[in-house]
Amino acid sequence: MSFRYEIRLSGEGGQGLVLAGKILAEAAAIYDDHNATQSQSYGPEARGGASKSDVIISDGEIDYPKAEHIDLLLALTQEALDKYVSDLQPGGTLVVDSDAVERLPEGKWRVVRHPFVRTAREQLGKAVVANIVALGLIVRLSRAVNEDSAEQAILARVPKGTEDLNRRAYRLGLDLGGEAAAAR
Amino acid sequence: MSDTAAAGTRTQVLSGNEACALGAMAAGLTFYGGYPITPSSEIAEDLSELLPKAGGAFIQMEDEIAAMGAIIGASLAGAKAMTATSGPGFSLKQENIGFACMAEVPCVVVNVQRGGPSTGLPTMPAQGDVQQARWGTHGDHAIIALAPYSVAETFDLTVRAFNLAETFRTPVILLLDEIIGHVNEKVRLPEKVEIVERKGPDAPPGKYLPYRHTEDGVPPMAVYGRDGYRFHVTGLAHDQTGFPTNNPKEIDLLNRRLVWKIERRRDEIVEVVRERCDDAEILVFAYGSVARAAHQAIREAREAGIAAGLLRPRTLWPFPDREVRELAERVRTIVVPEMNLGQMAHEVEWAARGACPVVPFGRVDGLPVSPAQILHRIREAARASGREARP
Amino acid sequence: MTDYDKYLRLDKFPLIWCPGCGDGIVLKAILRAVDRIGLSQDEICMVSGIGCSSRTPGYVDVNTLHTTHGRAIAFATGVKMARPDLTVIVVTGDGDATAIGGNHFIHAARRNIDITVLLYNNWIYGMTGGQASPTTPRGKRASTAKFGSFEPNFDIVALAAGAGASFVARETVAKPLALDKLIERAILKKGFSLVEVMTPCPTTYGRRNKPADPLLMVQDLKDRSVPRGKVEDIPELERESAIVTGVFVDVNKPEYTEQYAGLVEKLGGRRTAPAAPSGGSKTP
Repeated sequence: MSFRYEIRLSGEGGQGLVLAGKILAEAAAIYDDHNATQSQSYGPEARGGASKSDVIISDGEIDYPKAEHIDLLLALTQEALDKYVSDLQPGGTLVVDSDAVERLPEGKWRVVRHPFVRTAREQLGKAVVANIVALGLIVRLSRAVNEDSAEQAILARVPKGTEDLNRRAYRLGLDLGGEAAAAR
Repeated sequence: MSDTAAAGTRTQVLSGNEACALGAMAAGLTFYGGYPITPSSEIAEDLSELLPKAGGAFIQMEDEIAAMGAIIGASLAGAKAMTATSGPGFSLKQENIGFACMAEVPCVVVNVQRGGPSTGLPTMPAQGDVQQARWGTHGDHAIIALAPYSVAETFDLTVRAFNLAETFRTPVILLLDEIIGHVNEKVRLPEKVEIVERKGPDAPPGKYLPYRHTEDGVPPMAVYGRDGYRFHVTGLAHDQTGFPTNNPKEIDLLNRRLVWKIERRRDEIVEVVRERCDDAEILVFAYGSVARAAHQAIREAREAGIAAGLLRPRTLWPFPDREVRELAERVRTIVVPEMNLGQMAHEVEWAARGACPVVPFGRVDGLPVSPAQILHRIREAARASGREARP
Repeated sequence: MTDYDKYLRLDKFPLIWCPGCGDGIVLKAILRAVDRIGLSQDEICMVSGIGCSSRTPGYVDVNTLHTTHGRAIAFATGVKMARPDLTVIVVTGDGDATAIGGNHFIHAARRNIDITVLLYNNWIYGMTGGQASPTTPRGKRASTAKFGSFEPNFDIVALAAGAGASFVARETVAKPLALDKLIERAILKKGFSLVEVMTPCPTTYGRRNKPADPLLMVQDLKDRSVPRGKVEDIPELERESAIVTGVFVDVNKPEYTEQYAGLVEKLGGRRTAPAAPSGGSKTP
């Protein structure tokens, strides 16, 4: 049986989760030469509302592109967490923004809390790169994609002139992921 | 061969909508007229960049009806023309799609299906327009409709849609659904694609009949004002000269030829993919994104000891009736999962003509049909036909 | 002297129009204008919608496209964008262009795409039996306004001007020689141009509203015509029923297909003319 890893990035519209999902898929598909799909479900709002971006990574063929048994769930808002946590597998990893999420649902998950938006704002000066910080953490924690692959995918995707900011955000996220892994 | 397609030989992660735009460019698209509508807008957005860079024409029209009219006008003027829309826009385009059928104007109409009826579910998938693709416009006519199940296949079938449109002088409907339109996946686009150009006039100006009843049913097509060819095009019933007629014999010939030119050559058009059908006892008939869930479901059914197979049409119209019939005689049951309430199951049942039971399974809550749901129907069908799964 | 026959598909005669209809007068005016400009028949594309006036292209030996109701301008936009080398002339009516096709009319004007629209206004849906149109005058009867219409009317000239047309004019079939000069100017104008042509429909409008006699209807058009600029000279009471004729807008501004070609050039490309179909025999 081939490996299949499912990641759901959730939060609200405008937090860059579709982009982060696409970066993960590109890291896996282009740079790691695995298969990957990324799909999203979203409401009519361009900003706000619960939004999710599902990434499936596998070394085999991916038929059904929707995540059903999630290995890792990122929730940047309470609304997204409440809405999407039910698909997280027992034993899976739950990563939440600790400033935005107050109530954690019961479940046999490994939970990682970090104030991604605050970190991005205070340490990098831009709240908008919270998605890339979270991405770094997820990459180191899950090992679903190669760390260099993800960095290349980020640099190929982000707007020109923001590469350095995004690289710093990503590497900060990797460090956070290392700490979280060690804390375990 | 366009630069775009040549640039596509590397591994990329693309959405179905992006692949559709690239496929159109590779097929030789020179005119796009559209109106924004979720979940198809990325096709227009991409082409608003690709077309002017390649010297083609892009225009955002004032509404869906205008977009359909504009691509017909452009095609008559010699362009390879396309529009893309979703449910509500597809409804609005129907009258002019009928014009393209009647006046035999090659063009491609993409419908990235979303939940309906009416405004429905703009951001959620459905397959509720498959019968509308067949019968949406009034009057007797034949139509060609294709339904891809992956991003790579979206590219291929977009190219094919253009080729069929040019071969048969007809509008071709490309039916995506929101999942296929928006899913991003790994693709390596082909280095080269086969392109079909329309058959030019077979007689000098003055003797050219734009609607001649040719042997293959497809009249040769001139370009407006090119090489001295001038001709009349109307949505009225017309004779071989293209001018309106009330002659019952001429009208009958025209109406029959419009259907016949496509139905008679259905073998050139109909494409199906058979997966593990040779020894299948339970057959799943599925298309578009649902076929992906079905693919997973038959694999899981096989693992559970049920001989399940998948018949996946890439062509929805003309309907692959013979292909269904042939398998219906060999299997015990056909399960038809769809994101609608049995629109194609009805066709499957008609094609099976009682050779085996046909079990429709429809989902219309805005969510995709899951592999587990299909597997459940396969298990039920196996049980009903006395084929229990291994415990 | 114009050789009308050269431009006509004489085998399609007799014309579909009723005796006394003004549409034939406009047809001849179009041919005089085209002839004076010296356009070849191959480089003209005449597009129409549905209605009496929209049958005009069937009689003209150019590239002709008889589309769906109201959509002529949309089809014409596709023709012009695909082939800017073609001179695109739309023939339409008051119902076709301002009711069912109103959206296309104003947006083509807004884009200022180089299309000439000849809008025949006979205040009625003639072909389908005299139903009321957006220009049926208040108090006048139609088969769907049996007690007289009470709807306000579109001022088509003001509509086109407000939407952004480069050239806007109005004339009646009572002055055919003035008409062909306006049509000539409209075709030559780079940009969206509109000529509103007032033309009688004795059969479905005149019959209900008097006078029904075609000659009297034309005389009435003539009597009510007032050249633009002379409106102030007529008694105030007559102004409401006056048909103000002449050129209302004639400005130079960026045309759509030229701007698009500029964009293509800026991007390093070149507008590609669609390829001629292959496999067929060429002109001998």
